[in-house]
Amino acid sequence: MTSPTPPAPFDAPWHGQAFSLAVALNEAGHFSWPEWTELFGAALKEAGSNGPLDGSDDYYTTWVATLETILCQKGIADKGLLDAMKSNWTEAFLSTPHGQPVHPELPLPLQAKGAARADEGGRA
Amino acid sequence: MPHDHHEPHSLLPSDPELRARALETILVQKGLVDPAALSALIDTYQNDIGPQNGARVVARAWANPAFKARLLSDATAAIAELGFAGRQGEHMVVVENTAAVHNMVVCTLCSCYPWPVLGIPPAWYKSDEYRSRAVKEPRAVLAEFGVALLGSQKVRVWDSSAEVRYLVLPMQPEGSHELDEGALANLVSRNAMIGTALAGAE
Repeated sequence: MTSPTPPAPFDAPWHGQAFSLAVALNEAGHFSWPEWTELFGAALKEAGSNGPLDGSDDYYTTWVATLETILCQKGIADKGLLDAMKSNWTEAFLSTPHGQPVHPELPLPLQAKGAARADEGGRA
Repeated sequence: MPHDHHEPHSLLPSDPELRARALETILVQKGLVDPAALSALIDTYQNDIGPQNGARVVARAWANPAFKARLLSDATAAIAELGFAGRQGEHMVVVENTAAVHNMVVCTLCSCYPWPVLGIPPAWYKSDEYRSRAVKEPRAVLAEFGVALLGSQKVRVWDSSAEVRYLVLPMQPEGSHELDEGALANLVSRNAMIGTALAGAE
């Protein structure tokens, strides 16, 4: 008789991805875990006000939203960058033939954003 | 320019999945996270860390009274004797089930959980239903999990936090006192260590 098989920890790969990002940022010192749980707990409460959360997709959707919030709070990202990178990924999926690995289109929004700022200054 | 829909393309992931990908790309580009470290982290929780660790702690406590005493007085240090330590297990408290009290654990704020001994919490532990009902009507929740309490048992609910993580030490099943630690560990389910099952019941 062997030990009980450990249950699969993540229902979907992106759950694990989101989880690992928060843990890695915490361990690198970008935020404390109590800071994370306070923000995440408040976000869960708000998300659950429209109907009870099942603890799977909706839980990790809130996790992703909390990561976005905390990155903006820390000045690591802003909404424009988050939206731009999501658009890149969306476009990459839509333009990649089925069965091929999907990579977001470069040039990177980081660079594009810097250029856009320079343009704004020039045209204002 | 309209997207060309004649070519079959990859299935578009859900909105939060795309946002998770975007987050990783941004953080990798900024040099704040290392993709290899992220993969290693996920792999650790998929393969190395899980309730099998906690089961070994419980089995040792059943087999070794001196260890059990250390576990109940300083859980973090006793658990580290088995090599289980680290993130989200820095301040462990072990609560013992007896004929007088049955313990169960919840996190009403979010999903605080002792990762080094139990791994990543199951969806039901993170659900709004469990998080609210475990405190309001623990006996009803336990009944739904199939836990038959003794008439003498009170129920005590422990609310985990970012600082303190609880592990339930279940009652040792009758007739298991001759077993070795390896066999004892097989009697200990994840839910038994959360308090939503009894040892040997699954």
